[in-house]
Amino acid sequence: MTQYAVLIYSPAPADPMDLTPDYIALLDRYPAQVAELGGQIVTGFALQPSTTATAVRGDLVTDGPFIEAKEVVAGFFVLEAPDLDTAVRIAKLNPATIHGGVEVRPLFEPPAE
Amino acid sequence: MNAAERAVVPATAAEVERAVADAHRREWTFVLAATARVAGDFDLAEESVQEAYVAALGAWARDGVPERPGAWLTATARRKALDVLRRRQVLRAKLPLLVEPDQVEPDVPDEVAVPDDRLRLVFTCCHPALAREAQVALTLRLVCGVSTADIASAFLVPEPTMAARITRAKKKIAAARIPYRVPEAVELPDRLDGVLTVVHLLYTTGHTAPSGGDLVRADLVDRALHLARMLAALLPDEPEVRGLLALLLLTDARRATRTDAEGRLLRLEDQDRTGWDRDAIAEGHRLVLDAFRTGRTGRYAIQAAIASLHAHAPSYQATDWPQIVRLYDALLARWPSPVVALNRTVAVSMVDGPAVALAAVDALARDPRLAGYHYLPAIRADLLRRLGRDAEAAGAYRDALDLVDNDAERDFLTTRLGEVLAS
Repeated sequence: MTQYAVLIYSPAPADPMDLTPDYIALLDRYPAQVAELGGQIVTGFALQPSTTATAVRGDLVTDGPFIEAKEVVAGFFVLEAPDLDTAVRIAKLNPATIHGGVEVRPLFEPPAE
Repeated sequence: MNAAERAVVPATAAEVERAVADAHRREWTFVLAATARVAGDFDLAEESVQEAYVAALGAWARDGVPERPGAWLTATARRKALDVLRRRQVLRAKLPLLVEPDQVEPDVPDEVAVPDDRLRLVFTCCHPALAREAQVALTLRLVCGVSTADIASAFLVPEPTMAARITRAKKKIAAARIPYRVPEAVELPDRLDGVLTVVHLLYTTGHTAPSGGDLVRADLVDRALHLARMLAALLPDEPEVRGLLALLLLTDARRATRTDAEGRLLRLEDQDRTGWDRDAIAEGHRLVLDAFRTGRTGRYAIQAAIASLHAHAPSYQATDWPQIVRLYDALLARWPSPVVALNRTVAVSMVDGPAVALAAVDALARDPRLAGYHYLPAIRADLLRRLGRDAEAAGAYRDALDLVDNDAERDFLTTRLGEVLAS
């Protein structure tokens, strides 16, 4: 099994309090779908809206997310899946992909030797 | 050792070298694909396969060239890969605090390899999680066994750039765990389309080299044909695979006549049709019919059908243009690409005249996806020339010249520009 971070991108400011009932209903179904496809969510977090973010670059501290964009990171979870095809199949079912998108990225494991 | 595997007679050094080179050309894909399944890692697989080819030079000189060189090479490469894996396992066992040792004793069936391994290899190299240019580079390196230096020169990039591209792709396959398998039936059409796109891209890159002096880069064309043949043999029930092979054969049948003795580009209407490869045309045509008989025709089969009509026409004028327009309509319905729509206008000009076609080209010129595509002003220029609007044609030829990279095409456009300016 490989662990992947699934980074969730939603239209800014991605306020979790603004999620529609439909979206929440899809999210409620999600863990069962993940298990059905052979994956497992190890841990996950939702973030406060990007308007609460503070970016620090060198000495410069600015209000807002690190990269200004139409879509911002809304949260992430760690997914355990046998391979990338399974991880992508699971990612495709995430409701964030309807109006935003997700990035699937393997977690770094220090080399064994 | 059974009779089939027993070596024939001891061979001379020249014979052995020839046999090894031959086995490299014919068996590389098979040997690498089968080794990769055991090695679980492309770097180790490549290294083991290369060592096996080196070992073959000595062993075959001593014992004779084996009856089945591919089987010998596969067995040798797999043994080398397994040795490395065992050494790594021993190393890990000595350092038990570092990690839980992986289960690395793979099942090695007695039969040397199943043909499926080559498909696994192709589908992994063309996995949609890899960038297209990485898919192309990996396919040439791992499936075709082309050296990184040769791939770099085919795509006109410095060798370190190409090496970095291949390394990055292999690293992604390992880190993101892109599986080494043939996709399941539900995913197969999409994934196969990705593979066929890579093979077609290799062909078109070779067929009209994007820049540089020669119009055709024969090595890429031959690799693409070889890949298409292999896929057609491994996936006999997929009409689009046959369609692609047919398209490549029918297009390539004209290779010898696409330029004149000075290397200048000849248009389809100016080519010597007696110089076309009739065997390739016959084979391509049979494949088109096969593909259409399945009732599941896709874009490659339809394009091949268009190419077949051209190949069988006695002359450019006497081509079945109405049928070609109908095929383009069918193609557009499946594949609404502006390039297809543009190519359709050429056939339209032969059925409804250049004025009708020109209106269609001008409508397409507003499509931003065609901005910078030199065939659009080139086609426009030709239609204007046929309408006798020479001044506008000259302007369109100049637009095309601003966009073209290939020298043979540039010379062709320059000559046409000279003709409309002179008249």
